[in-house]
Parts: sequence; structure tokens; C-alpha cells
Amino acid sequence: MRVLLVDDEEELVATLAERLSFRGIDADWATSGEDALRKVETQTYDLAILDVRIPKMSGLKLKKILERKCPAMKFIFMTGHGSEEDFKTGSAEAGAKYYLVKPIDIEELIKKMNEIIQG
Amino acid sequence: MTRQWKVINNACLQFFGKMNASISHEVKNVLAIINENAGLLEDFTLMVEKGMAIDPERLKAMAGKIRHQVQRADRIIRNMNEFAHSVDETRRKVDLGEVVAFMAALSERLATMKGVALEVTPPSRPIAITTNPFLIENIIWRCLDFAMAVAGPGKTVVLTADSGDQGASIIFSQLKGLSDVSPRLQFPENVENALVELLGAQIVINEGMGEIVLGLPEAIE
Repeated sequence: MRVLLVDDEEELVATLAERLSFRGIDADWATSGEDALRKVETQTYDLAILDVRIPKMSGLKLKKILERKCPAMKFIFMTGHGSEEDFKTGSAEAGAKYYLVKPIDIEELIKKMNEIIQG
Repeated sequence: MTRQWKVINNACLQFFGKMNASISHEVKNVLAIINENAGLLEDFTLMVEKGMAIDPERLKAMAGKIRHQVQRADRIIRNMNEFAHSVDETRRKVDLGEVVAFMAALSERLATMKGVALEVTPPSRPIAITTNPFLIENIIWRCLDFAMAVAGPGKTVVLTADSGDQGASIIFSQLKGLSDVSPRLQFPENVENALVELLGAQIVINEGMGEIVLGLPEAIE
């Protein structure tokens, strides 16, 4: 499984990617929507884990672009807010099942990743 | 309640809520980073238990990262506390340079989300004015929010506190798009006008210079 993590907090995505790699998951990361779009030009990912709120381009907008560029790609959203507003937006776009609130439990994340990949 | 207060009442609550939501989001990010570092430490512990060697420098670096995040959270929460206490008094002597620097720090994440950088030019000397601390924070935010919309992503908005014969002022500059502002971006509107009246202030938009100038009296009544 190849995963792309997108969040403007570099330390968060870099550390999470390392922890996922210890668990046998090939994880890459980007700190902006533009960075993520550059990565998908040259690499293929099965799944993208997107922060709802990333600078300039929101996670939701990024998802729409990625869906067009990579039709097979699946998505999980994460957010630091955990507010009702975020939850409604995230759940409507991604399905509440694939929506995580920070701080993230890595085992829960992997469980959701497996669920979404297995369809 | 005066006419102006009726206009700004809800806007003040919205401003307070917006800032607190932004602060909570940033604190959540800090907690998420600390959480991942704690998790990584657990992963390393399991590896050591299985006989793998971990470079002590890696552990030192992790401790440094956690400490950095704790310092970041401390800074955010100190700002949150200062912001919360700005409603304590309706009239207080403040240093305008400090208020501008504080509002820039408080707005930093919101600016980052818009892709705008903020730059504060510190005044050469303290600028003491007597004002309503919460209302001045509110009007600075409203001017800044408009300035960021005008500047657009990838640009920098410069905030400068100044004082001269005309009194104290805050200048929001490098707004090159000010003359091309969409009619949808009306500024100042009712809320800003009511805040300006309550603060005895004035907003001057200088399209040619690409500046918004918020003029402030030495003391409110």
C-alpha cells in the first residue's frame, strides 16, 4: 500500500510517515497542496490522508483535484479542529467513517486505511 | 446599549470565537506532533527490546523536537490568555506597537491559511494610547482580514504602528491590489464603522499608496 500524507505541519507528517513505514506501509508526505500535486505527477499512491485545512488550497479542494488526476486514489481526512463544522464538511465529502480527529491513533488510522483499501 | 454596540455585539462574539477556534486548531496540531513523537519513541523501545540498536542522537533529536513543541504550545497559550484578558477593562493604556505585534502573532495561522505572510515593522519608540483593548484588537483584525484579501496568496502584508502630529496610527501596507478591489469586498462596512466610532478612530484607504491607515486618538473618552 502506498500512502501520501498531506498536512502543513511537516514534523507531523514526517513522523507519521516513519511510523507507518515501521508497520510495512510505504508512506510519503507533502506539506502543501501544490507539493502533493507535484508528487502525484511522478508517483502513484493508493491512498491520500489529507488535513481538511491546509494553507492556500483546502484539503477538500485538493481531494477534488486528486480525484480527477488519480481516479483510483482513496481518501481519509484528518483535522485539528474536531469542530461540528469541520465534521460536517469532512463527513459529507469523505464519509464519517474515513474521518479522523488529531491527535491520531496510528492503529485506528491503519484500520481505516485497510478498510478503505479493501473497499 | 448604544447604536454602535448593537451593531458590533454579534461581530465581537464572532471575532472572539474565530480567534479561539484558530488557537485551538494550532494547539491540536502541537498535541498531534507530540503524540507522534511519543509514538515513535514507543516504536523505538519495541525495536530495542527486539535487539535492534537505536542511535542515541536520534533520541536526543526527538527530545529536542518535543521540547520545541512544548515551547510553541506555551507561546500559543500565553497569547490566548492575553487575548482572553483583553475584555477585562473597557479603557486601558496600551503600547500600540505591542498591540500590533500581538495581533500579528494571533493572526499568523489564519494568514498562513490564506497563503499571506505578515511582517511587523516595530516603532522606534513606545506609542502609548488609552483605548478599549478588545475593540482595538477587533478593528485591527478586520483591517488585516481585508488587507489579506486584497493582497492575495503569496504576498506579504506589512503592519506598522506609527505616531505623529496627527496622532497614532496603524498602517497596513504593500496592498498593490487595493485599486482593483472587487465590489464584493466592501470596506469599511457597518461593523467597522461602528468600531471606528466607538474607538474615536478613522479608516483611510489610500489606493495609490496601497495602504489602509487606521488612525487612533491618544485617548478614548
